[in-house]
Amino acid sequence: MTSDTVKTSPNYNYDVVRLFTLATIFWGVVGFLAGVFIALQMAFPDLNIEPYLNFGRLRPLHTSAVIFAFGGNALFATSYYVVQRTCGVRLWNDGMAMFTFWGYQAFIVIAALGYVTGVTQGKEYAEPEWYADLWLTIVWVCYLLVYLVTVIKRREKHLYVANWFYLAFIITVAVLHLGNNISLPVDFTGAKSYSVAAGVQSAMIQWWYGHNAVGFFLTAGFLGMMYYFVPKEAQRPVYSYRLSIVHFWSLIFIYIWAGPHHLHYTALPDWAQTLGMTFSIMLWMPSWGGMINGVMTLSGAWHRLRESPVLQFMIIAVAFYGMSTFEGPLMSIRAVNSLSHYTDWTIGHVHSGALGWVGFISFGALYYLVPRLWGREKLYSTKLVSLHLWIATIGIVCYIAAMWVSGIMQGLMWRSYDDMGFLSYSFVETVMAMKPFYIIRALGGVLYLSGSLIMVYNFWRTIRGDVNPKEDTQQQGAAA
Amino acid sequence: MSRFTHETLEKNSLLLLAFVIIVVSIGGIVEILPLFRKETVIEPVEGVRPYTPLELAGYNIYLREGCYNCHSQQIRPLRDEVVRYGHYSLAAESMYDHPFQWGSKRTGPDLARVGGKYSDAWHVAHMIEPRDLVPESIMPSYGFLMKNGAKLHDLPKHLKALSVVGVPYSDEMIEWAEKDAKAQATGEARTDTEGLIARYGDKVIARDFDGQPHMISEMDALIAYLQVLGTMVDFDAAKNVEGGAQ
Repeated sequence: MTSDTVKTSPNYNYDVVRLFTLATIFWGVVGFLAGVFIALQMAFPDLNIEPYLNFGRLRPLHTSAVIFAFGGNALFATSYYVVQRTCGVRLWNDGMAMFTFWGYQAFIVIAALGYVTGVTQGKEYAEPEWYADLWLTIVWVCYLLVYLVTVIKRREKHLYVANWFYLAFIITVAVLHLGNNISLPVDFTGAKSYSVAAGVQSAMIQWWYGHNAVGFFLTAGFLGMMYYFVPKEAQRPVYSYRLSIVHFWSLIFIYIWAGPHHLHYTALPDWAQTLGMTFSIMLWMPSWGGMINGVMTLSGAWHRLRESPVLQFMIIAVAFYGMSTFEGPLMSIRAVNSLSHYTDWTIGHVHSGALGWVGFISFGALYYLVPRLWGREKLYSTKLVSLHLWIATIGIVCYIAAMWVSGIMQGLMWRSYDDMGFLSYSFVETVMAMKPFYIIRALGGVLYLSGSLIMVYNFWRTIRGDVNPKEDTQQQGAAA
Repeated sequence: MSRFTHETLEKNSLLLLAFVIIVVSIGGIVEILPLFRKETVIEPVEGVRPYTPLELAGYNIYLREGCYNCHSQQIRPLRDEVVRYGHYSLAAESMYDHPFQWGSKRTGPDLARVGGKYSDAWHVAHMIEPRDLVPESIMPSYGFLMKNGAKLHDLPKHLKALSVVGVPYSDEMIEWAEKDAKAQATGEARTDTEGLIARYGDKVIARDFDGQPHMISEMDALIAYLQVLGTMVDFDAAKNVEGGAQ
């Protein structure tokens, strides 16, 4: 805190950042818990409690809680923090900023209530019905305004790279949200609506949206996080300015095209599938460009990695980013996709990105932010950060390894023939074969959830102003 | 400011924003807009018709319960899938689904052609307790569908909304929607299904799907929907035209 505010120290709006930070932590735990529960449902189907707590209703609850509630609040918190710090001005319009907070939480609650009561558009990651979509549009326009006006008022001449990514995330998510939710309510007093597009067209629009929810919500936004918090925690400038320009424009241009790889071998015309595959493979390069830019920011400061588990979180996050952005292009190749599609391999892939990249870069940013936002010298315990790191990492490894095995196994079992040319396995035999891996996956989730609870405890003590007495002396010893 | 460089964008946030919007628009425009020349995307197939009101009610229950989270409705033209599930899915077969229900995951089997594969009684028993019929199944139970009455009175509004977005429901179909649904769920023995058949064709299945003659339940609607899935196109008849190619 002290060293960060040497400048004239504009009166930053940290109130709203603190609220978004707390919401991130809260929804994170809720989302992880929902994930563990539905993972257990797949191993032990008796855990389904009809109708409200059946898997089909809870799965959107889990995905929305982690993507939009945990991830979304993390993006709000960090973007509002970063834009103030890098522009050197207070966030524009306190009232509107506060409205984005309560408005966004209201959206989350409205959407979640819809899921358990069976109100859904039936499109993955775009389940909320028309009235919730309209509400989110209002909140999002306010978000764009708050962010953009702050940027325009800035004192720095150049707009720092993290802001490019945040800005691209905000505007593109708006475009995607509007494009994918064009629908006609049956009755303006009722929840149900029908999407204007049908069949092939609705499939293409949905996956244009769906894949770019990954590309812009879960990637561009979190890359903004990477470009601010990694250099800060490493106390080094970004590795390459030129690489960040190339990274930015190529990433946002290419990502938009990748959607059709979700629709290989379907009734979508081949030319669209091929375009989707080609651009998905090309996407490997900008993704790794970004990864290299993140990791190499540590060049000359590798010793910081040894000292700071917070930085370890961020660097492992970037490593997972590199891994899942290699796996993604691989899975987008039609021949590979013919095996991986419809199986748990996809689920494993998503989670190496979500748990590894999105989760870890957010944890890193949170560990950086909390002491500064609450004016504390340091975290209550650095050792607990380390413990969180390793428990969560082991959890991810259990998760994705289990899903690789079960996914590839199931894909191979589906297409296996006996000597007579008949299919070797009935469908349910493949379901039986996956049970042990579903249990391992759930254990991985339990570990990841446990890690987040350690974080909650650490934050609670930090915000109270406690410092672990043992670590206090150790820290001084090490520094000397 | 004499020459346009990246610095120009870094110093002018509105220009940066405009560039971002242009750059992210290109891919979507190229991939999505051509698909709305539907004649190049959807080959016309004989037999595909809009859902009957009861089937539509079933489709909406399918969405509500999130069945698409575990079941796909899209058979790929791969050898094993065609053997396991039947003829690969055609674009026309989902042209009246607002939105599509192709799914992305097969925790359970594909349902694109589940229609007619199992009896109504099998579906009822399976939905009430999947493990009674398939001990290793991990599907949740849906017994409550037997107790919930199907909401039929607002079906005219649903058909009307769908007709606005392009499903060819006639004014007559909209007007008769509720009665057609009732007729389909009770069957020929007890109601007059002539109008229903005149409007939706003689392949429409009208019977008491859930085996509860005293009520029209959500189970009736869902099973009516499941039983029509993948059955609209007569592939045996088409085979001769295709020269048996598959």
